[in-house]
Amino acid sequence: MAFFIEVLVGGLLAGVMYSLIALGFVLIFKASGVFNFAQGAMVLAAATTYAGLVDMGWSGWLAFLAALAVMIVFALLTERLVLRPLVNQPQISLFMATIGLTFVLEGASQAVWGSVVRGLDLGIPDTPLEVSGVLISKFDLVASGTAGALVVLLASFFQWTRTGRALRAVADDHQAALSVGIPLERIWALVWAAAGAVALVTGLLWGSRLGVQFALTQVALKALPVIILGGFTSIAGAIVGGLMVGASEKVAEVYLGPIIGGGIENWFPYVLALLFLLVRPDGLFGEKRIERV
Amino acid sequence: MTAVAPASPGPLLVVNNIEVVYDHVILVLRGVSLELPKGKIVALLGANGAGKTTTLKAVSNLLAAERGDVTKGSIVFDGVRVDQLTPSELVRRGVIQVMEGRHCFGHLTVEENLLTGAYTRGPRWRQIREDLEKVYAYFPRLRDRRRSLAGFTSGGEQQMTAVGRALMARPKLILLDEPSMGLAPQVVEEILGIVRSLNRSEGVSFLLAEQNAVAALRFADHGYILEAGRVVMDGDAATLAGNADVREFYLGLGGAGRKSFRDAKHYRRRKRWLA
Repeated sequence: MAFFIEVLVGGLLAGVMYSLIALGFVLIFKASGVFNFAQGAMVLAAATTYAGLVDMGWSGWLAFLAALAVMIVFALLTERLVLRPLVNQPQISLFMATIGLTFVLEGASQAVWGSVVRGLDLGIPDTPLEVSGVLISKFDLVASGTAGALVVLLASFFQWTRTGRALRAVADDHQAALSVGIPLERIWALVWAAAGAVALVTGLLWGSRLGVQFALTQVALKALPVIILGGFTSIAGAIVGGLMVGASEKVAEVYLGPIIGGGIENWFPYVLALLFLLVRPDGLFGEKRIERV
Repeated sequence: MTAVAPASPGPLLVVNNIEVVYDHVILVLRGVSLELPKGKIVALLGANGAGKTTTLKAVSNLLAAERGDVTKGSIVFDGVRVDQLTPSELVRRGVIQVMEGRHCFGHLTVEENLLTGAYTRGPRWRQIREDLEKVYAYFPRLRDRRRSLAGFTSGGEQQMTAVGRALMARPKLILLDEPSMGLAPQVVEEILGIVRSLNRSEGVSFLLAEQNAVAALRFADHGYILEAGRVVMDGDAATLAGNADVREFYLGLGGAGRKSFRDAKHYRRRKRWLA
């Protein structure tokens, strides 16, 4: 039993890391209805900028602020050069544009910082902590604490502030938002900047685990089952989805793996997501489509 | 929502001979001019595709987002040319549009919908709270439904939400597009009645685009009739409602003696002459 709990807790904590990536997707999808294919590239760009600056001898905080500034500038440029010209175009055009953005961002961050794998040490000890017989990674605890804080912050921002309300309004109906005087440009820039900040935090946490390298963009793929489970439009869904994916893949790996020869962890979440799509296409917490007949 | 002291004498809105082109090729308005005196309700009548919505969107400058463009003429609001302003700036100056088909934010509650209308006013909580109460006083039904998602409310309630949301911006002029669309006649009466009382007691002017000419002329002070992108006739609401051609073509009344379309020649000629 203790072993099961250990596997479960380990999975849940790893799941929080997935939630973080999913959060970036959800933010942009919520406000602009666009599935941002470039989220993984944003994670990469933010993390390489940070790691590169630290390698040049910058202090951690300074590098963090600089990387944040880079992500904000990126958000402003994206709004100005990509989103604004595509206002009122079909969603698919915007989606294609984010694919283009992915290549630009990946190329640019590798051109500037090279493609070497950089180690990243955030100074969080990765030693196990024993809580009543169950071993828990300290790093995972810090990571999930950070993710939790980010989520509470973002969710209350969306729910309770004037700008958050405007963001939800824009997500619902661009035209109507425009008609009541909400400046779409500012809202989009804001939400991309927020997604950039989330990408930075994600990149740092994942980077210190995997090393800052190109493979970080692949991590974003793990967010897909998470948002399918949790719903594309729900911040809470991103968290619950992440926990489910993390826990189920670890438990499946440990208990089902030996039976069918292992390696389950990599594809199990996608199967889970597929099943979910059949039963609940809006995800657990996604907004139900409201249709009047 | 109190009447703002007039910044300049003369009409609140002057649309002067505007031409609107969509996508650089499709000419939709061919020289529309109209005037809206302060504190009045002006109705814009006409059939489908006559250019009513385009005229309203030219004023609120929502055209830009639909790749439409005012290529000729000018729009003057409160003594200032406004044709190049963004919708957001226009809302700040007091022009707000209630779009055709309501366009409520379906996943926001009714109250949140109303609050988005006050976006341009910044964080003035007390004032905004007061205005919210005022909107609820005009539309008591919205108070009952304040916590429901707007997407789940009835068509009439959505129209009320849309009008209430516009009021929250403290506008001087509301461009109201087709408020009767898809609503039961009783609800149309109710909504237009509230528009009328808003106009009387709050001093908000309305430019009202309507296909339902009967209802519109009953509540408006003045009317313009648009056809194929031109104003073909205008006058007092009462005069228009009494005009034989208007009665026949837009109100579906009278004209019993006319058997063939040729008999409508009088109207056609007059139209060309007026254009």
